[in-house]
Amino acid sequence: MSHDFLQMHLKAVISCLLIFLYKVHTTKAGQFFSSGHTNNWAVLVCTSRFWFNYRHVANTLSVYRSVKRLGIPDSHIVLMLADDMACNYRNPKPATVFSHKNMELNVYGDDVEVDYRGYEVTVENFLRVLTGRLPPSTPRSKRLLSDDRSNILIYLTGHGGNGFLKFQDSEEISNMELADAFEQMWQKRRYNELLFIIDTCQGASMYERFYSPNLMALASSQVGEDSLSHQPDLAIGVHLMDKYTFYLLEFLEEVHPASQANMNDLFKVCPQSQCVSTPGHRTDLFQRDPGSVLITDFFGSVRKVEITKDTINLTSPVEPPIQRSGSGDIQIESLTYVDQLPVAEIIHQKPKQKDWHPPDGFILGLWTLILLVFFQTYGIKHLKHIF
Amino acid sequence: MYLQVLAACYKALSDHHQRGRYAALAIAAVVIVVGIPLWWKTTETYRAWLPFSEISELDSLQLQLSVDIEVVFSRGTLTPEQQKKFPLSHVNEKEHQVDGLRYKYETRYRTATIMEEDALNQPTAAEADLSLHMLSEKDVKVYVGQRRTALLRSPPFKSSWSLKEVLSNLDVEVEQVVSTMSFSHQDIVAALSDRVRMAKVTKESMADSMRAIKSSPGYEITFSLLNPDPRSHSLHWDIEGAVQSCIQPLLNKLAPIANFSVDSQILYYAVLGVNPRFDNSVSAYTLSADSLSHVINPVEARLGSNAASSNPVLNFLLYVPDSHHSPLFIRDHSKREVPSNAFHSPRWGGIMVYNVNEMYGPEAERPVDININMAKVMGVFLAQLRLMLGVQHTHPPTGFVLQSPGSAGLADWELDRLLWSRSVENIATASTTITSLAQLLDQIGNIVINDNIAQQVSSAVTSLQSAVAELEAGNLAFALQYSREAILASERAFFDPSLLHLLYFPDDQKFAIYIPLFLPMCVPIVLSLLKIVSEAKKRRADKQAKSD
Repeated sequence: MSHDFLQMHLKAVISCLLIFLYKVHTTKAGQFFSSGHTNNWAVLVCTSRFWFNYRHVANTLSVYRSVKRLGIPDSHIVLMLADDMACNYRNPKPATVFSHKNMELNVYGDDVEVDYRGYEVTVENFLRVLTGRLPPSTPRSKRLLSDDRSNILIYLTGHGGNGFLKFQDSEEISNMELADAFEQMWQKRRYNELLFIIDTCQGASMYERFYSPNLMALASSQVGEDSLSHQPDLAIGVHLMDKYTFYLLEFLEEVHPASQANMNDLFKVCPQSQCVSTPGHRTDLFQRDPGSVLITDFFGSVRKVEITKDTINLTSPVEPPIQRSGSGDIQIESLTYVDQLPVAEIIHQKPKQKDWHPPDGFILGLWTLILLVFFQTYGIKHLKHIF
Repeated sequence: MYLQVLAACYKALSDHHQRGRYAALAIAAVVIVVGIPLWWKTTETYRAWLPFSEISELDSLQLQLSVDIEVVFSRGTLTPEQQKKFPLSHVNEKEHQVDGLRYKYETRYRTATIMEEDALNQPTAAEADLSLHMLSEKDVKVYVGQRRTALLRSPPFKSSWSLKEVLSNLDVEVEQVVSTMSFSHQDIVAALSDRVRMAKVTKESMADSMRAIKSSPGYEITFSLLNPDPRSHSLHWDIEGAVQSCIQPLLNKLAPIANFSVDSQILYYAVLGVNPRFDNSVSAYTLSADSLSHVINPVEARLGSNAASSNPVLNFLLYVPDSHHSPLFIRDHSKREVPSNAFHSPRWGGIMVYNVNEMYGPEAERPVDININMAKVMGVFLAQLRLMLGVQHTHPPTGFVLQSPGSAGLADWELDRLLWSRSVENIATASTTITSLAQLLDQIGNIVINDNIAQQVSSAVTSLQSAVAELEAGNLAFALQYSREAILASERAFFDPSLLHLLYFPDDQKFAIYIPLFLPMCVPIVLSLLKIVSEAKKRRADKQAKSD
């Protein structure tokens, strides 16, 4: 009996030791093998139109700003905004989109690159971007050119319901279609890992149907709950942000490219006391433990780098370039603009006589009406009394 | 008479009923026989025929790779008795149960011809001379040349050994040479990484698979010169000449694999995203290895790429530090100096730092004209380009010496290795694409399959079958060509814009559409049929009652 106990104890010790050694080994393994990705992409979509949905555009632009700040370049971001808030006629501060009241933070900036704007943001275009089935004439900036080692961040915001998300107030995308699109991406190995964040009412219903591996999803509210907006700004007149994305932005502002914050911190963003709705997340399809996934694996773009150890000795010398002297003998003919605008002529020009045009339709119609009324009242036979 | 009228009325009524019954039956017949098939046919989606059975055969990919080896014995290595059986050929097959991979090595043994003997002995043949030189050194057993030959020096054979013993002694070394010069099991498994579980792959080959860019029909290579300080340095680099003489030979050799387009640019006022630290011990600025990963992102935003093509881009940047931060050195993880002063990022490209502070004194007139030494720069870029394109680091066993490829950029056997892994990768990717496309089209009954998609799929399937056959036969060039055609056709079929699945109707929506159309029509028909049936039953019951 004591022998068995001893044996069990020994086995436990050995397995503990093995586990400890294994853990040491994996922490010593290079950065290469902890995440397995070499590049990052982001697809940020705002699906709502009209001025009173200002907050959805501000949501998307806040995430865009964080993602750019943490390193993902514009060439790797597909930004879809369904309406133009910055240059909207009702915007009292044109060319700005604010995310804090009292206009503290302008998320529009001066280097925003919107890839799909206005009516181009449709369910069809969104699915085409995800699956890659774009017509051959689509330029590079409108494509998601990810490969099997890309980590992709997908952020959707707008108005949604149980199992669907509304696009442009006229069409919807269902959770089944989204799950199928992700499955097609997986089949074609268009992603290594994918983080899906959605900030709409009943957002958790959108990730219920996912069935492809390596997906992690976050939503701002559960089924049956509404996601609420944060604060209105009295000067602009609309709600500026949604609660979940507001606290998400606050969290992301503290993250810098070298930070070690992980996904468990992200799950804690905006608890029910702040958000009123209950944010949810889904990690069962994800291979790695969320605690070991860095925020910068998805939101930033930390490159794996190797030192180049070997070089090649080139035996045949490259022809030396032509020696150029410092003063620059080569005379390049100075280029001038062709005189397209003969300004002198324009200044002294007399105003041109406008040609006479016959009166247009409205005037004609008005005269006809007056004549008709006149004849109706007085009759034709009374004409001779007038003329 | 009243009764007669009644009878006549009754007969007319029953005739009327009879006509009504016939009318109801006729309408029901028309609806069922004509209407339902017509509705079915007109709401059907057009689906061209696809070779589903052949596609499912492709799913269980059984690859066989064949290598032809020729072992030549020089004079004096074997006794005449051992040489009796020459020329001899021997086939060795290895099979890996799990992955379905089979390797066939066909080895031919023969003695050297007179010409080969002379070539080996001639001191002026540079390669032979060098190789013999190398072999005469102590620890070198094998010298692998630039083309497809290797010279192997083995310990002398006992003359009492039979030929079999001699060959079995040689086998181990020959196998080592073959796995260095053609492919090893790890390489092939790494190329099949999409289909095969990665558990059995070593860390090196996984790093290699992550570093090398995925197989693609074309690549864009961009060389950029970053000049953050144009007021102090006026840089001149002859990039055209350098590309022509250094990079183009490599790209020409790799032409069967992919199309390459090369361009170059100069960026002014482009800074690295990291502030280098001044190191007093060497009185220079240093970039530590950890900060290197943050260098690339701010620069990438300014690099740009060709908007018209969707090919992957490989960027090679040459950074000349500004005069206030010169010289700039890169340190590796153990804080040692890096001789090449360059680093690279997998699947992206490489950056080299070129210091120019030694080329001028403090009194020189600004901006200083500087000509960049392209040979040194291209040596580094060429090495990085080889890594990016998948020419793996071979880790040959001890005692092996590999001849440097020099200006050709790539040794023939390195090219062969690349062709093997590319063919296998292309075949694996194309077959996965085709099978997943077939699965997708099978599952979703609403997608329209046009004729052009069916044609692409069929041509992809035939190309794949040809590629597998050519691999079996050992014709590497044809296998690669067929695998390229297969991948192009399969990608075109999979990414065809018309395959968008927007026809997703949940079942309740289908009911909601059809019920208002069909229900009002079907209700009178069904009711009248029921009435006919019940009347017929009643009449039969009456007849029965009458007859009783």
